[in-house]
This record gives sequence, structure tokens and C-alpha cells, in this order.
Amino acid sequence: MALATRTARGGRPERPPPTPVRLWRSTIGKKTVMAVSGALMLLYLVFHMLGNLKVFFGPDDMNGYAHWLRTVGEPVLHHEWFLWLARVGLLAAVVAHGVAAYQLSRRDIAARPVGYRHRRARTSYATRTMRWGGVILALFVVWHLLDLTTGHVNPNGEAGRPYENVVATFSTWYGNAIYGVAMVAVGLHVRHGFFSAAQTLGAGSVGRDRALRLTADALALVLTLGFLAVPIGVTTGIVE
Amino acid sequence: MKITLRIWRQSGPEDRGAMRTYELDGVTPEMSFLEMLDTLNEELIGNGEEPVAFDHDCREGICGACGMVINGEPHGPDRTTTCQLHMRHFDDGATVDVEPWRAAAFPVVKDLVVDRSAFDRVIGSGGYITAPTGSAPEAHATPVAKAAADTAFENAECIGCGACVAACPNGSAMLFTAAKVTHLNTLPQGAPERESRVLDMVETMDAEGFGGCTNTGMCTSVCPKGIPLASISTMNREYLRALRKG
Repeated sequence: MALATRTARGGRPERPPPTPVRLWRSTIGKKTVMAVSGALMLLYLVFHMLGNLKVFFGPDDMNGYAHWLRTVGEPVLHHEWFLWLARVGLLAAVVAHGVAAYQLSRRDIAARPVGYRHRRARTSYATRTMRWGGVILALFVVWHLLDLTTGHVNPNGEAGRPYENVVATFSTWYGNAIYGVAMVAVGLHVRHGFFSAAQTLGAGSVGRDRALRLTADALALVLTLGFLAVPIGVTTGIVE
Repeated sequence: MKITLRIWRQSGPEDRGAMRTYELDGVTPEMSFLEMLDTLNEELIGNGEEPVAFDHDCREGICGACGMVINGEPHGPDRTTTCQLHMRHFDDGATVDVEPWRAAAFPVVKDLVVDRSAFDRVIGSGGYITAPTGSAPEAHATPVAKAAADTAFENAECIGCGACVAACPNGSAMLFTAAKVTHLNTLPQGAPERESRVLDMVETMDAEGFGGCTNTGMCTSVCPKGIPLASISTMNREYLRALRKG
């Protein structure tokens, strides 16, 4: 009986749109896109942070590591192909994450057209700053690429010598300031983002809630401190 | 006790509305918040003014009809329904702000009354099971695992008051919908519509203009029935599973 009521008139059931379309159209689906793209970027950040710590082993180690990144996958992959594949993948993740965030934010703001007179902000700082924090991080990535990938705004800007370029950036006050703000922003973003992504992907449960929050906090702290170690190393003269 | 009330007054859906201030004397600590509003309304009627409109029914904390945002918190400072909130939670001489639920999907009808029929449409699109009507089924006919029964019961406690939507910065109905989906999808009785239920209810929820979930946890912190945030994760899991199965 119930089965018959689910059949469209005319005897033929309506065909639902393809799964990726349904995913993108629903709020939960868009959040899933954000969670997966965010997880990819987070995974990259962990390796990026670990790679950065090479700076403490001296210029040969750091520059050698940077050169090796261009040869990964050879001879199956051509020179620098691995790097470009990673870049394309990351760019896709950034675009998907940003577009989904923009569309969801617009929807969220429209869902509360009239606010409360008696305001009470009780969500955590990390949660409240997700949107603007994300914008700050996107702007930082632009500066960071111009600084240490293309070298356009780097005081040294010598291709193939990342160690010297890093030292040059963190020898300026603005380099330290921009980087410092961005690394705090990344920590806050990961703190809420990791927990939120786990929830969205269905990994949350009553018993796991605390563990997920603690993991998010630990991950955020390790990433921020790991990244900040480099400018601190340069400023204190451990790295020169 | 003497209480200064600042209440949202709006004569109808088209009226712009504004906060109006009322001084109320003779409030006792054992009065419920709604009894306090009754007292105010008696005074207003006596003065020939329009009483404050608000939703209420059982006044026992089980029907979900009442609900207003008190000092910025849905149902006020105590984790319960507005009818079970007592004036002992307020100091003598306190100023109390009272506003309706605010969400695009819950338009204001009058004063503190909002139209929550969007919830009914979410329920109508999948918040049911297919079962033969008639006499009550034999209790042992369908065995239910203890853990599933507990989860289903915890979520079945949702009374659909809408406090989750009112508290959410995105006006999202995820906790409400998640409670219904988790309740029915956990039970064997809900299994025949397991996929269509979550797909249809989420589609209706989105179509009604509710916002998305950003996992702030505001919903669960005001829920008078303590529906856990994890239920939203369960619904997400069910949704992605149903989408994979087509």
C-alpha cells in the first residue's frame, strides 16, 4: 500500500537527479564537500608543517628536500609532475571549499532575517570566526605563494633556495606579523573545522564527542606551534 | 517581586513590531513564566489594552507548544520549556527581554506566536512508519535491541518546540530533523522507509528555508529534552548512506 503511494501518477516513478547533483543541492551534501575538501587541505598542512621543520637542519637539508619534492614519482612521473598534481588537487579543494562556504553562508544568513534584540554570543571564538578566518587564510595563501613559491614579494626571491628565502621573509617585521596572524587563524579554523567535518561525515556519536573535540584541539595546537617554530627560529637566531 | 518586561509586540504578520516595556508588580517566585505573563495579560485587559499573544497548551513541559526567547535564550535560563520555567530564576527588580523565535521558516503571526507549520511539513515528508492500523501489535512481534531502543527513545523525546531553530545562528532545523530521523531509522519498524525518509525530510527541511548546520552546538545546549548533537551526525551518516544507495 505504502509502496504504491510512493509511485508518481502515470505509473512511472520520477527519476531523481544524479547523485552528485543531489549532493551539491542539499545543505548536508554541500557540507560534505566542505568536509572532504577541508580534510584534504588538512592532510596537506600536516605534511607541509613537517617539511618546514627541515629548516632546523640547515640549508642543505631544506633545499635538498625542496628539490626532492620535484623529483617524487620519477621516472613514472615527469620532473615536477607530482608537485603540479598536488597543486591542481589543492586548488580544486580550495575552490570547492570556498564556493560551498559562500553558498551555505548566504543561505544561513537568509535563514535569520530578523535578529534578536537581546544578543548573546555563546558559541566559541573558533566557531564564530570560521567565515572571516577562512577569508583571512585565503588572502594569506595568495601572499604566501607570491612570497615563497614565485618569489615576487620575497626580499631575497632566489629560485631553488627556499632556505635563504624563508630566512629573508622572517627577517622582516611584516613577514613575521602576517605569518603569525595567519598561523593563529589556521589553528582556530582547524579547531572547529576538524570537529565539524567529523560530524558532517557522520563520524560523531555521543561517546566519541569528547575524543573528537580533543583531537581537534591537539591538531590545531600542533599545527600552529609547528608552523610558528620557523619564524621563531629565525628571530631567535637558531636558524640563520 | 517586581519585574520589568520588555516584550516584542507585533499586531500581525505585516506589522513591523517593536519592543514594549511593562512594569509588573506582585510576581511570586513560584509562578511559572507563563503564569507571570497571564498576570500581565489580566492587567492589560483590565486597562483595555490588547493582551500579549503567546502559544501554550499542556503547561507540563511535554507538548512543545510554548516557547519564547527570554533574555536571548530560547526557553530562558533553565534547561526546560517556558511553561516549566519559574520566576525564582529571576531576581527581584530584574529586567527581562521576551522575543519570539526568529527564523525565516518561522514567520511571526502575532507578538510571541510564530508559525511552526514548517516542522509539520518536514514530518509529513517522512517522519512516519508504514504499519497496519487496527489493534495494537503484539509487543514481542518485533524484537528491538536494547541499545537501539535507548537511542530511539532518547530522540523520540523531541517535542518539536523549535528552540533549536531559535538558538541556531543559522536558523537551522538540523537537530529537530535529526531527532526524528534517528528515532525512526534506529528502529526495525522504521527500516522500510529508511532511505526515503532521510532524503525526503532533508529535502523538505532545505526547501522550507532553514539554514545549514555549522556544528556550533547552540541547539543542543537549549534543547529542553537534551537531544544530543551526535544525532545530527547520525542523520548525516544516514543521508550519505541513502544517497549512495540511490
